[in-house]
Amino acid sequence: MNQYDVVIIGAGVTGCAVARYLSRYDLKILVIEKEEDVCSGSSKANSGIVHAGFDALPGSMKARMNVRGSRMMKSLSEELDFPYENNGALVLCFDQADMGELRKLYERGIENGVEGLEILSAEELHRKEKNVSASAVAALWAPASGIVCPFSLTIALAENAAANGVEFVFLQSVSSVEKTGSCFTVRTDRDCCSAKSVVNCAGVYADRIHNMVCEGKLEIVPRRGEYVLLDKEVGNLVSSTIFQLPGPYGKGVLVTRTVHGNLLVGPNAQDIPDKEANETTLEGMEDVKARALKSVPDIPYNKMITSFAGLRVHPSDGDFIIGEAEDCEGFYDCAGIESPGLSSAPAIGEYLSDLIAEKYGYSKKKNFIPTRKGFVSGGGSVVCRCENITEDQIVDAIRRNPGARSLDGIKRRVRQGMGRCQAGFCTPGAMEILSRELGIPMEEVCKNRPGSEMLR
Amino acid sequence: MIVIIGGGPAGLAAALSAKENGADKVLILERDCRLGGILNQCIHNGFGLHTFKEELTGPEYAQRYIDRVLEAGIEFKLNTMVTHISAEREVTYVNSQEGTVTVKADAVILAMGCRERPRGALNLAGYRPAGIYTAGTAQRLMNIEGYKVGNRVVVLGSGDIGLIMARRLTLEGAKVELVAELLPKSGGLKRNIVQCLEDYGIPLKLSHTVTRVYGKNRVTGVDISQVGPDLRPIPGTEEHYECDTLLLSVGLIPENELSKSAGVKLDSKTGGAVVGDNLETSVPGIFSCGNVLHVHDLVDHVSEEAETAGFYAAEFVKKLWKEN
Repeated sequence: MNQYDVVIIGAGVTGCAVARYLSRYDLKILVIEKEEDVCSGSSKANSGIVHAGFDALPGSMKARMNVRGSRMMKSLSEELDFPYENNGALVLCFDQADMGELRKLYERGIENGVEGLEILSAEELHRKEKNVSASAVAALWAPASGIVCPFSLTIALAENAAANGVEFVFLQSVSSVEKTGSCFTVRTDRDCCSAKSVVNCAGVYADRIHNMVCEGKLEIVPRRGEYVLLDKEVGNLVSSTIFQLPGPYGKGVLVTRTVHGNLLVGPNAQDIPDKEANETTLEGMEDVKARALKSVPDIPYNKMITSFAGLRVHPSDGDFIIGEAEDCEGFYDCAGIESPGLSSAPAIGEYLSDLIAEKYGYSKKKNFIPTRKGFVSGGGSVVCRCENITEDQIVDAIRRNPGARSLDGIKRRVRQGMGRCQAGFCTPGAMEILSRELGIPMEEVCKNRPGSEMLR
Repeated sequence: MIVIIGGGPAGLAAALSAKENGADKVLILERDCRLGGILNQCIHNGFGLHTFKEELTGPEYAQRYIDRVLEAGIEFKLNTMVTHISAEREVTYVNSQEGTVTVKADAVILAMGCRERPRGALNLAGYRPAGIYTAGTAQRLMNIEGYKVGNRVVVLGSGDIGLIMARRLTLEGAKVELVAELLPKSGGLKRNIVQCLEDYGIPLKLSHTVTRVYGKNRVTGVDISQVGPDLRPIPGTEEHYECDTLLLSVGLIPENELSKSAGVKLDSKTGGAVVGDNLETSVPGIFSCGNVLHVHDLVDHVSEEAETAGFYAAEFVKKLWKEN
């Protein structure tokens, strides 16, 4: 049985961030992921916003991690070579009667330590964003807000962790975690290992993992959010990220440019018991589209290129659960990491790794590699015409560690198939490269996990 | 030099016509590894009735033009993707031998063809499993690469490619459960409805659409609903069909991203360039023909139109040379 200092369960953005920051220490670390790749759960389908940090309640873990994570993101994007843009965000207020709420948000932001917040008059707002609805009477301007590619962030963290010695296993689902003495035994459907500490970054399944070893039970309710994505042609409809005043189900429907230049609209919020139900619904998409028009009336929905749904990891008590479990020494949770989880990920990784290192007296390694280089930018013939992605880029995506093992893995690394034809043209080409590079027959090429074979 | 973007039926015919009308230097830039474009994957017959007064398959039709292009000594580059065209007719292309190259053309003929509308443009609810293909992608995988995409198939859209693929899949042993068409009338050719659906007993349901996709990994089924006169699904009319593949044949969009980079004015109705009788676009010296101009039903018409574009492009360069 392989022995590790730390086993991390889940290779989403949180798990990969914990792995990356823990890899600064001289430790043997394993990340176990049930899907075929990193960034396959909640991390893959969200707004891609680096929130400034004015939403979370002052003093909460969310507020602390968000503000710190947001401040870390720019330098991290330079170290790990992933796209990040500081485009700023606006929260629109449509009614003079709600000005109190807007002001509350402003004050909360100040209390959380968010820099540069300003309340803009209607005139100032419309000067800044000419396509925002004329019915907005004021807005909160948060210049610290940014946009990031969730895939690139997660993949960069994972690659850098791997470069620093972290091992990854995929397609293994954790079936039990047991504590015997001061050690944990982690069993998967295929293997087992022992660990001095376990970090639970299992996303929507964090309650199951936690409840395997802890008496104090957790409950995570997936909260589905649906999005529509529009062609790059209309990405410049807005420059900053446009929110509406938040309601009881989170920050509401936003309209934003993505870091790659598309226009993203969404999400709605619906609690659902099924932890895998990331399907879109007709009603949901119509609802999201209609609500976004309140912020930006001229969204050209005929330029839609795709729609998707993600599952937020909503904790029953509202705050992130980060730290050592009260009744199980050595077991650490990063649970309930809903929005602003992406923004918080670097801070969570840093905080939790320092917490573990401090407790066990781990020392930092001298040969830590702090940087990682992004994918090659071209070379070879063009495979994906919409995004201009070449064969060399796809090969690079596959040969990385951890590398792409599926069409979705390639797509999330180098954007093959992400464009306006949505992989209509390049699917056969990408399948052939994957088959050749992995040495598998075409019939075994999958869209993502086994069972999603492209051919029948 | 006249640079022709695309080596499909439009590009080939335009090149020949330009050369025959006195443009001695013509260059075809083709992104695929062979000339002929989409015709290469259209292995069914029915091409060339107007042009050659006989029924050819797609590759046969293309070959007649390719032979003439070779004979005429027209230069072409394969595996070459054009990434930008300027209003001054500077064409930038990329390939693995030369890297990124920009050439200055005296005239440019846009012959990039069209692309298929993807699922994402359809408001199609449900999961996003493997097994959802546009008809053309499935056609390429089957007819060029030699792979079967599925065993039980529902086709959405009764455009010609969808109809032809329904027959093609049937001939390869797949069961095509039905073809659903949103509109009250099929957009496909009558002969294709008869020869591809009726002859094989494949039902065609007009005023129906797919409203939900099932299957988390691979498609396991779809819901088909009837639509009202407003083309919106009527609640309560859902019928479930089990299938492992959903084929989409829901429209073609002229591929004008490069035209836009040159500042070519587009027609919002056709999705193609605004052109005069000589097929010149709003940018002097840039011509457009074939499916990138507007989607054609018959390739014969594409060839004919491309000959016109080639002729006027040759006239344009001859005038340019005389002036200089």
